[in-house]
Amino acid sequence: MDALMNLGVGLFGAAWPAVWTLVKIVLIVIPLMLGLAYLTLAERKVIGFMQVRIGPNRVGPYGLIQPIADGLKLLFKEIIIPGNASKGIYLVAPMLSIAPALAAWAVMPFNDTLVLANIDASLLYIMAITSMGVYGVILSGWASNSKYAFLGAMRSTAQMVSYELAMGFSLICVLMVSGSLNLVEIVQGQQSGRFAGYGLNFLSWNWLPLLPMFVVYLIAGVAELNRAPFDVAEGESELVAGFHVEYSGMAFALFFLAEYANMILVAMLTSILFLGGWSSPVGFLPDSIIWLLAKTSCILFLYLWFRATFPRYRYDQLMRLGWKVLLPICLIWLVVVGIWMMSPLNIW
Amino acid sequence: MADIRNFTLNFGPQHPAAHGVLRMVLELDGEVVQRADPHIGLLHRATEKLAETRTWVQSLPYMDRLDYVSMMCNEHAYCLAAEKLLGIEVPERGKYIRTMFDEVTRILNHLLWIGCHALDVGAMTMALYTFREREDLMDVYEAVSGARMHAAYYRPGGVYRDLPDRMPQNRESPWTDAKKAAYRNRNRGGTLLDFLEDFTNRFPTYHAEYHTLLTDNRIWKQRLVNVGVVSPERAKQMGFTGAMLRGSGVAWDLRKKQPYAAYDKVDFDVPIGLNGDSYDRYLVRMEEMLQSNRIIKQCIDWLRKNPGPVITDNHKVAPPPRANMKSNMEELIHHFKLFSEGIHVPPGEAYAAIEHPKGEFGIYFISDGANKPYRMKIRAPGYVHLQGMDEMARGHMIADVVTIIGTQDIVFGEIDR
Repeated sequence: MDALMNLGVGLFGAAWPAVWTLVKIVLIVIPLMLGLAYLTLAERKVIGFMQVRIGPNRVGPYGLIQPIADGLKLLFKEIIIPGNASKGIYLVAPMLSIAPALAAWAVMPFNDTLVLANIDASLLYIMAITSMGVYGVILSGWASNSKYAFLGAMRSTAQMVSYELAMGFSLICVLMVSGSLNLVEIVQGQQSGRFAGYGLNFLSWNWLPLLPMFVVYLIAGVAELNRAPFDVAEGESELVAGFHVEYSGMAFALFFLAEYANMILVAMLTSILFLGGWSSPVGFLPDSIIWLLAKTSCILFLYLWFRATFPRYRYDQLMRLGWKVLLPICLIWLVVVGIWMMSPLNIW
Repeated sequence: MADIRNFTLNFGPQHPAAHGVLRMVLELDGEVVQRADPHIGLLHRATEKLAETRTWVQSLPYMDRLDYVSMMCNEHAYCLAAEKLLGIEVPERGKYIRTMFDEVTRILNHLLWIGCHALDVGAMTMALYTFREREDLMDVYEAVSGARMHAAYYRPGGVYRDLPDRMPQNRESPWTDAKKAAYRNRNRGGTLLDFLEDFTNRFPTYHAEYHTLLTDNRIWKQRLVNVGVVSPERAKQMGFTGAMLRGSGVAWDLRKKQPYAAYDKVDFDVPIGLNGDSYDRYLVRMEEMLQSNRIIKQCIDWLRKNPGPVITDNHKVAPPPRANMKSNMEELIHHFKLFSEGIHVPPGEAYAAIEHPKGEFGIYFISDGANKPYRMKIRAPGYVHLQGMDEMARGHMIADVVTIIGTQDIVFGEIDR
């Protein structure tokens, strides 16, 4: 590593830190892009098998080239701009959608040291950046000048605002017990505890003492992602495709990529905040990034499973769930955790 | 200050939930529907007019294309009306075959309905499960008539031919190896009745799966309960029939009230709802499938024991057997007249209705004694149900409009005809 650093300094001189950061960004973005391309294939395969069919299997063995074929197809398609659309905003919106989805990865830790920017307020950063994603949705719906897109954007805005609250409150509980906004420290906080002493690390993770918050976060996460059963913003059978109904080609693909990048992001965040991130579930196995990926995959599988199983919520029912069910649970559990921490039974 | 106008949304005809070509102009206040105005006619094919220029048998295949998810039921109404004018009786076996295929059709229709309805409400897996079961019934259609959809199997006077003794087999091909073909043929060894009986034995299990997926699902209930409520009085006033009427709690079923075919000889129950909402109609239709299954079983038993003719022996209506035609001058003349001129129906008027999967499907004929009807009128249940759209959807949200379209079980083949 040192040799590499010295070589870099020798080659680029003072510009080396910037170049090195760029290299690291590429090293994160490329696996991410591949991951989300294959997540689309996994989704089609998993849902296919749940629906007694096979899913894509024509392009390459087991359909493995399918995502690349899809990407190429979208790349070569014309980006149609509707006559009445506000052209500038219409084109900026997909970028506004994908940029935060990728930017959030800057602070995502993969193990104790493997992180692009290990900043102290990384959780806050992620909250702030992911909230920006809704602008892409609103602007696309507004700029398309289409009624379906407009309705989709309205729904999406209201939904994001309400579920962000529940999500925020569940995160506050995590912050209270770990006493840090730094994602690495949040994971390290979960590695110790009474059960971890017995070698049963997975019982020391946040999901057990914060079980209601874990469930709330899981549900709010699905809602944040606009995925079934909360996909009212694109609700295929009602709004055709919702906010991106007018988009085609790569502009559409950007929304699509943003959705899947966010899926992986939220799944990984869930595993970091509640499932101990890269820590091993049992004492005798080493901690590794593989655990993090495995946990993330399990949560992603849950998302796909939801989509294959549940009917879609109606818009007002979704609001009711957010405000009248999830939020009160959060508020109550917040107080419970507070009292717990102050009591002699404190385990943190 | 600018006055606030309602949002007008053109829902369809190109819309995933438009069930074909429904165009609906929705006036929205936010997401709440103020007025739902269905526009029809995009699939108009002038079936009624076409029937005036074709012989009685030539018009029959058009019936399949009316409600293209319950083909044989449409034919049944047509044949009943023609038989009423002709004053002929269908042989007992023909009646049982018709009863059995009406119920097969009812299951086919309801399976498609529950699949599409669930898909509209967002549970997309249902559609694929129901298509798995529909496949078997489609094979039954194919075995008996040669066509998977547009069967043209019923004839005035009975049905075209008796049930086949063997099912079509899957063959080995570059895409299907011997093992796969054998697996697909596993329940096709016997007659059509054996195949169908195997299906009726399996069907309750599938049916239970649908219940598991939907009936107690909280989201499904939230989406359906109290959506599109129709009071029994209003349902009668608007002319609702079928599950739309029974869902509101009116026990009206033509199979019980005015039995036709062999319905007075089979045992079945008529499920009714309590609240007249979409959920009740869902439960009614789900139960109807089980009752249909019951009827099919009884018909299979009867048909196994009672061989016999399936079409009337009045050769002015139905063609004579080929052997007789070759040896008998009179039969040859019958054959020639039937296949050139067609049936001559005595002058008069007749209306015959059946309990179609969607409601009361009726055919009204005026005959002037020629070889084609003077006028045919189709009473399509979906057309009547669609007029309730505005009333059912008003005050609900856009997502509920989709639920209501689903619960009405509308098919544009019959509405636009």
